[in-house]
Amino acid sequence: MSLIDLKDIVAGYGGAPILNGVNMAIDASDIGVIVGPNGAGKSTTLKAIFGLLAVTEGSVTFDGQDVTNFEADRLVPMGLSFVPQEHNVFTSMSVHENFEMGAFVRRDDITESLDMVYEMFPDLKAKRKQPAGELSGGQRQMVAMGRALMSRPKLLMLDEPSAGLSPRYMMEIFEQVVKINAAGVGILMVEQNARQALAFATKGFVLTSGQNRFTGTGQELLDDPDVAKSFLGG
Amino acid sequence: MNDLIFFFNQAVIGGVVLGSIYALGAVGVTLIFGILRFAHFAHGDMMTMGAFITFVLAGVLAAMGIVTPIPTGVLVVPLAMVLAAGLALGIDKGFYAPLRARGAKPVTLLIASIGVTMMIQGLIRLFFGVETRSFFDTEPKQIFRLELPFEGVTRPITFTEPQIWLVASTAIAVIALHYFLTRSRLGKGMRAMADNSDLAKVSGINTKLVVRVTWVIAGALACLAGTMLALDVTLKPDLAFNIVLPIFAAAILGGLGHAYGAIAGGFVLGFAETLAVFNWSVLLRPFRDVLWFDIPNSLTLVQSEYKLTVAFLILVVVLLVRPTGIFKGAST
Repeated sequence: MSLIDLKDIVAGYGGAPILNGVNMAIDASDIGVIVGPNGAGKSTTLKAIFGLLAVTEGSVTFDGQDVTNFEADRLVPMGLSFVPQEHNVFTSMSVHENFEMGAFVRRDDITESLDMVYEMFPDLKAKRKQPAGELSGGQRQMVAMGRALMSRPKLLMLDEPSAGLSPRYMMEIFEQVVKINAAGVGILMVEQNARQALAFATKGFVLTSGQNRFTGTGQELLDDPDVAKSFLGG
Repeated sequence: MNDLIFFFNQAVIGGVVLGSIYALGAVGVTLIFGILRFAHFAHGDMMTMGAFITFVLAGVLAAMGIVTPIPTGVLVVPLAMVLAAGLALGIDKGFYAPLRARGAKPVTLLIASIGVTMMIQGLIRLFFGVETRSFFDTEPKQIFRLELPFEGVTRPITFTEPQIWLVASTAIAVIALHYFLTRSRLGKGMRAMADNSDLAKVSGINTKLVVRVTWVIAGALACLAGTMLALDVTLKPDLAFNIVLPIFAAAILGGLGHAYGAIAGGFVLGFAETLAVFNWSVLLRPFRDVLWFDIPNSLTLVQSEYKLTVAFLILVVVLLVRPTGIFKGAST
């Protein structure tokens, strides 16, 4: 049984649906990467899972439970965590406070998790009292990921984590993603830098016009000439 | 020297007292704006409502024949604050929450709050009539006079007992709020929600709970501010009328959504008002021999009846020069 299972999802913001029957399954050991052209519904898929827009048909099953259209504050205690693409840190709060907010749903001692997050992103330790809004783009992304990890998720969802970042930060983020997965957290990621992301994806999903187009392991998709020609560009 | 003491009594003590009242009211307004994103016009009437709750409770105590060294009005304030907080929650549940659930725009909520204002004003007049009341009908207001040991000084520094309670309770409220916002989980959750409500939801913060806590704090502080104002002056149904403009000006001056800004803004406005209506010719009198012009009898920046223009002017200047306020709050 998969950790998360999307079946025939139809979802949108109210008007015409953006997702027209999307299917996806991810295990805790997977790094799932969603790629595709603009407007394909990649980010929409993550938002549909997290209850940020209405799913009108189909179901989302997490850890064996039907969580379709559950609100975010019910999903986080269950082990789902989401890093949005934009506005993904509390800019007026310090780095440390951002992490504390990530652990809001937890009532136990969070020191161990804090240590783990600072170990993962050592640059942030010196900046822990600084407002997150004052950090560079790459460091902000680290704060965003750290915030999402503080709730000890079983599945971490990331919406274009490398967007707007220099190649160095992008590689660092991807390295961290692989490490997080190695520690037992499932990953479901939307990425524009398709080539680099698919290189370490265990499951790749190509979406176009709100539907699945190609599905396979990351390597399979990279090797497929159709996929490479249509969607991976240069 | 006497004139300086007069200045101190009128402008400094007056400024601190008025500033405290404005600060408490402005904090409620700014918190509601930061979390719920609308201008709560009815806040002045929440202060009036709070003052009347205290009045009723004090009356009950007096009728039961309970007498304490503390004025009964002050004694019942904690209970009144609890009741006012409950009423604030009720008002939100009855009027604003249903609109929010239907996706109402901030302007709609503002207009709803104007409706709530009129409702509260009507209800208060219905139950209490329109006359002015005093908390000190049955017991006298204690006045403290500090004699200064300087030569030739005949005027004492004067302040009343309610004023001491006001300043003390404002200080306690501010410190308590500070600790709540910076040390407690819920307080930080509130700041997070004011910062980025979508991300707060995504992080799993219980946004409904934060909204309820916001109303509790706003309602309780409004009750405290309204009661203290009524203790200092008198209790009138239209207590709110002169308050709404200054507390909004204070909240905007401090940066909407920033609690500390609202407190600072409240004091700026309190002092601005008392200094503007102060008769400065009093301070010029000692120099009358040196000055080349005759000192007019009354030299005030603003006549006492027009003191609302001070808040209005500050509001206009802030909106023109720096709309986000001192501490860079929200601008929409």
